[in-house]
Amino acid sequence: MTRINVNPTRMELRRLKTRLKTAVRGHKLLKDKADETIRQFMLYIKENKRLREEMEKEVSSVMKSFLLASAVTSPQTMEEAVSMPGFSVDLDISTKNVMSVPVPVISIIPTEQKELYPYSFASVSSELDMSISNLSNVLVKLVKLAEVEKTCNMLADEIEKNRRRVNALEYVMIPQLKETIKYITMKLDENERGNITRLMKVKDMIEATAEKLRG
Amino acid sequence: MERNNKIAIIGAKENILPFKAVGVHVFPVNHYFEAVEVLKKLARDYSVIFITEDLAAEINEILDRYRAKPYPVILPIPGAMGSTGYGMKNISHNVEKAIGLDILNIK
Repeated sequence: MTRINVNPTRMELRRLKTRLKTAVRGHKLLKDKADETIRQFMLYIKENKRLREEMEKEVSSVMKSFLLASAVTSPQTMEEAVSMPGFSVDLDISTKNVMSVPVPVISIIPTEQKELYPYSFASVSSELDMSISNLSNVLVKLVKLAEVEKTCNMLADEIEKNRRRVNALEYVMIPQLKETIKYITMKLDENERGNITRLMKVKDMIEATAEKLRG
Repeated sequence: MERNNKIAIIGAKENILPFKAVGVHVFPVNHYFEAVEVLKKLARDYSVIFITEDLAAEINEILDRYRAKPYPVILPIPGAMGSTGYGMKNISHNVEKAIGLDILNIK
Protein backbone atom coordinates (compact mmCIF):
# COMPACT_ATOMS: atom_id res chain seq x y z
CA MET A 1 0.00 0.00 0.00
CA THR A 2 1.26 3.44 -0.85
CA ARG A 3 1.70 5.92 1.93
CA ILE A 4 0.68 9.56 1.79
CA ASN A 5 3.48 11.96 0.93
CA VAL A 6 3.88 14.04 4.12
CA ASN A 7 6.69 15.38 6.29
CA PRO A 8 7.49 13.00 9.15
CA THR A 9 6.81 15.44 11.95
CA ARG A 10 5.02 15.12 15.25
CA MET A 11 2.34 17.55 14.10
CA GLU A 12 1.63 15.54 10.99
CA LEU A 13 1.46 12.36 13.05
CA ARG A 14 -1.12 13.85 15.35
CA ARG A 15 -3.18 15.06 12.39
CA LEU A 16 -3.10 11.66 10.72
CA LYS A 17 -4.10 9.88 13.91
CA THR A 18 -7.25 12.02 14.15
CA ARG A 19 -8.00 11.34 10.52
CA LEU A 20 -7.63 7.62 11.06
CA LYS A 21 -9.97 7.73 14.01
CA THR A 22 -12.58 9.57 11.92
CA ALA A 23 -12.17 7.16 9.03
CA VAL A 24 -12.62 4.09 11.21
CA ARG A 25 -15.69 5.58 12.83
CA GLY A 26 -17.13 6.58 9.46
CA HIS A 27 -16.47 3.12 8.11
CA LYS A 28 -18.37 1.52 10.95
CA LEU A 29 -21.29 3.90 10.55
CA LEU A 30 -21.51 3.36 6.80
CA LYS A 31 -21.39 -0.38 7.26
CA ASP A 32 -24.31 -0.20 9.66
CA LYS A 33 -26.13 2.00 7.20
CA ALA A 34 -25.58 -0.55 4.43
CA ASP A 35 -27.09 -3.30 6.58
CA GLU A 36 -30.17 -1.29 7.41
CA THR A 37 -30.68 -0.02 3.85
CA ILE A 38 -30.56 -3.56 2.52
CA ARG A 39 -33.08 -4.69 5.09
CA GLN A 40 -35.45 -1.88 4.07
CA PHE A 41 -34.80 -2.62 0.42
CA MET A 42 -35.77 -6.25 0.86
CA LEU A 43 -39.13 -5.24 2.33
CA TYR A 44 -39.83 -2.90 -0.56
CA ILE A 45 -38.65 -5.22 -3.30
CA LYS A 46 -40.87 -8.06 -2.10
CA GLU A 47 -43.83 -5.70 -2.10
CA ASN A 48 -42.77 -4.48 -5.54
CA LYS A 49 -42.66 -7.98 -6.96
CA ARG A 50 -46.02 -8.94 -5.53
CA LEU A 51 -47.73 -5.76 -6.71
CA ARG A 52 -46.25 -5.97 -10.18
CA GLU A 53 -47.34 -9.55 -10.65
CA GLU A 54 -50.88 -8.67 -9.63
CA MET A 55 -50.94 -5.49 -11.67
CA GLU A 56 -49.65 -7.14 -14.84
CA LYS A 57 -52.33 -9.78 -14.64
CA GLU A 58 -55.09 -7.26 -14.06
CA VAL A 59 -54.00 -4.69 -16.62
CA SER A 60 -53.60 -7.41 -19.22
CA SER A 61 -57.13 -8.62 -18.60
CA VAL A 62 -58.43 -5.04 -18.82
CA MET A 63 -56.64 -4.61 -22.12
CA LYS A 64 -58.05 -7.85 -23.38
CA SER A 65 -61.63 -6.92 -22.61
CA PHE A 66 -61.03 -3.52 -24.14
CA LEU A 67 -59.76 -5.16 -27.30
CA LEU A 68 -62.87 -7.33 -27.36
CA ALA A 69 -65.02 -4.27 -26.95
CA SER A 70 -63.28 -2.44 -29.76
CA ALA A 71 -63.68 -5.48 -31.99
CA VAL A 72 -67.44 -5.16 -31.95
CA THR A 73 -67.58 -1.37 -32.02
CA SER A 74 -66.30 0.93 -34.73
CA PRO A 75 -63.11 2.84 -33.81
CA GLN A 76 -64.86 6.20 -34.12
CA THR A 77 -67.62 5.25 -31.72
CA MET A 78 -65.03 3.82 -29.37
CA GLU A 79 -62.97 6.97 -29.31
CA GLU A 80 -65.99 9.13 -28.97
CA ALA A 81 -67.17 7.03 -26.05
CA VAL A 82 -64.07 7.59 -23.92
CA SER A 83 -63.04 10.99 -25.24
CA MET A 84 -64.89 13.07 -22.66
CA PRO A 85 -64.07 11.62 -19.25
CA GLY A 86 -66.33 12.78 -16.47
CA PHE A 87 -63.44 13.52 -14.14
CA SER A 88 -59.69 13.52 -13.85
CA VAL A 89 -57.62 11.76 -11.19
CA ASP A 90 -56.01 13.95 -8.56
CA LEU A 91 -52.95 12.81 -6.66
CA ASP A 92 -51.54 13.75 -3.32
CA ILE A 93 -47.78 13.77 -3.73
CA SER A 94 -45.06 14.23 -1.14
CA THR A 95 -41.72 12.71 -0.22
CA LYS A 96 -40.58 10.76 2.78
CA ASN A 97 -37.18 9.87 4.08
CA VAL A 98 -36.01 6.25 3.95
CA MET A 99 -32.41 5.97 5.17
CA SER A 100 -31.79 9.58 4.11
CA VAL A 101 -33.04 8.90 0.60
CA PRO A 102 -35.98 11.09 -0.37
CA VAL A 103 -38.57 8.73 -1.84
CA PRO A 104 -41.99 9.58 -3.26
CA VAL A 105 -45.28 9.05 -1.47
CA ILE A 106 -48.29 9.13 -3.74
CA SER A 107 -51.95 8.60 -3.08
CA ILE A 108 -55.10 9.26 -5.04
CA ILE A 109 -57.32 11.96 -3.65
CA PRO A 110 -60.75 10.39 -3.63
CA THR A 111 -63.18 12.46 -5.64
CA GLU A 112 -66.89 12.06 -5.59
CA GLN A 113 -67.62 9.52 -8.23
CA LYS A 114 -69.88 11.45 -10.55
CA GLU A 115 -70.12 9.20 -13.54
CA LEU A 116 -67.72 6.37 -14.20
CA TYR A 117 -69.01 5.72 -17.71
CA PRO A 118 -68.81 8.87 -19.79
CA TYR A 119 -70.86 7.47 -22.68
CA SER A 120 -74.29 6.24 -23.47
CA PHE A 121 -74.75 2.52 -22.95
CA ALA A 122 -76.59 2.21 -26.23
CA SER A 123 -73.59 2.88 -28.45
CA VAL A 124 -70.98 0.50 -27.04
CA SER A 125 -70.77 -3.09 -25.91
CA SER A 126 -70.76 -4.24 -22.31
CA GLU A 127 -67.13 -5.35 -22.49
CA LEU A 128 -66.15 -1.69 -22.36
CA ASP A 129 -68.09 -1.19 -19.13
CA MET A 130 -66.26 -4.16 -17.67
CA SER A 131 -62.84 -3.02 -18.73
CA ILE A 132 -63.38 0.51 -17.47
CA SER A 133 -64.73 -0.45 -14.09
CA ASN A 134 -61.86 -2.92 -13.67
CA LEU A 135 -59.36 -0.31 -14.73
CA SER A 136 -60.55 2.22 -12.20
CA ASN A 137 -60.00 -0.41 -9.51
CA VAL A 138 -56.53 -1.21 -10.81
CA LEU A 139 -55.57 2.45 -10.89
CA VAL A 140 -55.08 2.57 -7.11
CA LYS A 141 -52.74 -0.37 -7.36
CA LEU A 142 -50.88 1.21 -10.26
CA VAL A 143 -50.23 4.34 -8.25
CA LYS A 144 -49.06 2.29 -5.27
CA LEU A 145 -46.78 0.30 -7.53
CA ALA A 146 -45.38 3.50 -9.03
CA GLU A 147 -44.44 4.63 -5.54
CA VAL A 148 -42.91 1.32 -4.46
CA GLU A 149 -40.99 0.75 -7.68
CA LYS A 150 -39.45 4.20 -7.57
CA THR A 151 -38.46 3.63 -3.95
CA CYS A 152 -36.75 0.37 -4.91
CA ASN A 153 -34.90 2.07 -7.73
CA MET A 154 -33.62 4.80 -5.49
CA LEU A 155 -32.71 2.48 -2.64
CA ALA A 156 -30.79 0.21 -5.01
CA ASP A 157 -28.80 3.19 -6.25
CA GLU A 158 -28.13 4.31 -2.70
CA ILE A 159 -26.96 0.85 -1.65
CA GLU A 160 -24.54 0.74 -4.56
CA LYS A 161 -23.13 4.18 -3.77
CA ASN A 162 -22.83 3.32 -0.12
CA ARG A 163 -20.96 0.13 -0.89
CA ARG A 164 -18.42 2.10 -2.89
CA ARG A 165 -17.84 4.42 0.03
CA VAL A 166 -17.41 1.54 2.47
CA ASN A 167 -14.94 -0.17 0.17
CA ALA A 168 -12.98 3.01 -0.48
CA LEU A 169 -12.60 3.52 3.26
CA GLU A 170 -11.84 -0.09 4.05
CA TYR A 171 -9.37 -0.84 1.28
CA VAL A 172 -7.79 2.52 0.46
CA MET A 173 -8.17 5.22 3.08
CA ILE A 174 -7.61 3.25 6.26
CA PRO A 175 -4.61 1.17 5.07
CA GLN A 176 -3.01 4.30 3.66
CA LEU A 177 -3.38 6.19 6.90
CA LYS A 178 -2.09 3.26 8.95
CA GLU A 179 0.92 2.90 6.66
CA THR A 180 1.77 6.57 6.90
CA ILE A 181 1.38 6.67 10.66
CA LYS A 182 3.71 3.70 10.95
CA TYR A 183 6.24 5.40 8.67
CA ILE A 184 6.23 8.61 10.70
CA THR A 185 6.54 6.77 14.03
CA MET A 186 9.51 4.78 12.74
CA LYS A 187 11.17 7.89 11.38
CA LEU A 188 10.69 9.76 14.65
CA ASP A 189 12.02 6.82 16.69
CA GLU A 190 15.03 6.59 14.43
CA ASN A 191 15.75 10.29 14.94
CA GLU A 192 15.42 9.83 18.66
CA ARG A 193 17.90 6.95 18.70
CA GLY A 194 20.29 8.98 16.55
CA ASN A 195 20.06 11.81 19.00
CA ILE A 196 20.77 9.59 22.02
CA THR A 197 23.86 8.06 20.41
CA ARG A 198 25.15 11.51 19.54
CA LEU A 199 24.69 12.69 23.14
CA MET A 200 26.48 9.65 24.51
CA LYS A 201 29.34 10.20 22.11
CA VAL A 202 29.65 13.88 23.05
CA LYS A 203 29.57 13.01 26.73
CA ASP A 204 32.39 10.49 26.22
CA MET A 205 34.45 13.09 24.37
CA ILE A 206 33.93 15.69 27.09
CA GLU A 207 34.93 13.21 29.77
CA ALA A 208 38.04 12.21 27.84
CA THR A 209 39.14 15.86 27.54
CA ALA A 210 38.51 16.49 31.24
CA GLU A 211 40.62 13.42 32.12
CA LYS A 212 43.48 14.69 30.01
CA LEU A 213 43.40 18.15 31.58
CA ARG A 214 43.47 16.69 35.11
CA GLY A 215 46.08 14.12 34.36
CA MET B 1 -40.67 23.21 -10.19
CA GLU B 2 -44.43 23.22 -10.06
CA ARG B 3 -45.95 19.82 -10.69
CA ASN B 4 -49.58 19.19 -11.29
CA ASN B 5 -51.03 16.27 -9.40
CA LYS B 6 -52.14 14.34 -12.43
CA ILE B 7 -51.31 11.07 -14.09
CA ALA B 8 -50.24 10.88 -17.73
CA ILE B 9 -49.90 7.86 -19.97
CA ILE B 10 -47.79 7.41 -23.09
CA GLY B 11 -48.28 4.58 -25.53
CA ALA B 12 -49.86 3.37 -28.74
CA LYS B 13 -53.37 4.73 -29.07
CA GLU B 14 -55.26 1.45 -28.94
CA ASN B 15 -53.40 0.44 -25.77
CA ILE B 16 -54.01 3.52 -23.71
CA LEU B 17 -57.47 4.61 -24.73
CA PRO B 18 -59.27 2.93 -21.80
CA PHE B 19 -57.18 4.99 -19.39
CA LYS B 20 -58.80 8.11 -20.72
CA ALA B 21 -62.15 7.07 -19.33
CA VAL B 22 -60.76 6.79 -15.78
CA GLY B 23 -59.32 10.30 -15.75
CA VAL B 24 -55.73 9.74 -16.83
CA HIS B 25 -54.34 12.21 -19.35
CA VAL B 26 -53.63 10.31 -22.52
CA PHE B 27 -50.79 11.06 -24.95
CA PRO B 28 -50.83 8.71 -27.92
CA VAL B 29 -47.59 8.26 -29.86
CA ASN B 30 -46.77 6.20 -32.93
CA HIS B 31 -43.05 5.75 -32.61
CA TYR B 32 -40.49 5.71 -29.87
CA PHE B 33 -38.71 8.90 -30.86
CA GLU B 34 -42.05 10.61 -30.63
CA ALA B 35 -42.37 9.07 -27.19
CA VAL B 36 -39.04 10.60 -26.15
CA GLU B 37 -40.21 14.08 -27.11
CA VAL B 38 -43.51 13.68 -25.33
CA LEU B 39 -41.85 12.18 -22.26
CA LYS B 40 -39.39 15.05 -21.93
CA LYS B 41 -42.23 17.53 -22.04
CA LEU B 42 -44.41 15.60 -19.61
CA ALA B 43 -41.61 14.96 -17.13
CA ARG B 44 -41.60 18.64 -16.26
CA ASP B 45 -45.25 18.79 -15.31
CA TYR B 46 -46.63 15.40 -14.38
CA SER B 47 -45.74 13.56 -11.20
CA VAL B 48 -46.73 10.09 -12.37
CA ILE B 49 -46.25 8.92 -15.94
CA PHE B 50 -47.26 5.48 -17.18
CA ILE B 51 -45.60 4.18 -20.30
CA THR B 52 -46.27 0.95 -22.16
CA GLU B 53 -43.58 -1.70 -21.79
CA ASP B 54 -42.73 -1.97 -25.48
CA LEU B 55 -41.95 1.75 -25.63
CA ALA B 56 -40.13 1.74 -22.30
CA ALA B 57 -37.81 -1.00 -23.54
CA GLU B 58 -36.86 1.17 -26.53
CA ILE B 59 -36.06 4.30 -24.57
CA ASN B 60 -34.42 2.72 -21.56
CA GLU B 61 -31.55 5.24 -21.56
CA ILE B 62 -33.92 8.16 -21.36
CA LEU B 63 -35.78 6.57 -18.48
CA ASP B 64 -32.50 6.13 -16.61
CA ARG B 65 -32.19 9.91 -16.41
CA TYR B 66 -35.27 10.19 -14.26
CA ARG B 67 -34.21 7.45 -11.89
CA ALA B 68 -32.26 9.58 -9.43
CA LYS B 69 -35.02 12.00 -8.39
CA PRO B 70 -38.21 11.12 -6.53
CA TYR B 71 -40.42 12.80 -9.17
CA PRO B 72 -41.54 12.18 -11.88
CA VAL B 73 -42.32 8.54 -11.24
CA ILE B 74 -42.25 6.64 -14.53
CA LEU B 75 -43.96 3.26 -14.44
CA PRO B 76 -43.86 0.73 -17.27
CA ILE B 77 -47.19 -1.08 -17.70
CA PRO B 78 -48.07 -3.99 -19.99
CA GLY B 79 -49.85 -3.25 -23.25
CA ALA B 80 -52.56 -5.18 -25.04
CA MET B 81 -50.14 -7.97 -25.93
CA GLY B 82 -49.68 -8.84 -22.28
CA SER B 83 -46.53 -8.48 -20.24
CA THR B 84 -43.20 -8.59 -22.05
CA GLY B 85 -41.30 -9.17 -18.83
CA TYR B 86 -39.67 -5.76 -19.02
CA GLY B 87 -40.99 -4.65 -15.65
CA MET B 88 -39.95 -7.85 -13.94
CA LYS B 89 -36.50 -7.55 -15.45
CA ASN B 90 -36.21 -4.14 -13.87
CA ILE B 91 -36.98 -5.56 -10.45
CA SER B 92 -34.40 -8.32 -10.72
CA HIS B 93 -31.91 -5.77 -12.03
CA ASN B 94 -32.47 -3.70 -8.91
CA VAL B 95 -31.99 -6.70 -6.66
CA GLU B 96 -28.77 -7.56 -8.43
CA LYS B 97 -27.50 -4.03 -8.11
CA ALA B 98 -28.24 -3.85 -4.41
CA ILE B 99 -27.29 -7.31 -3.22
CA GLY B 100 -25.10 -8.61 -6.01
CA LEU B 101 -27.22 -11.66 -6.64
CA ASP B 102 -30.79 -12.12 -7.79
CA ILE B 103 -32.11 -13.83 -4.70
CA LEU B 104 -35.81 -13.49 -5.54
CA ASN B 105 -35.43 -15.81 -8.51
CA ILE B 106 -37.17 -13.59 -11.00
CA LYS B 107 -36.54 -14.75 -14.50
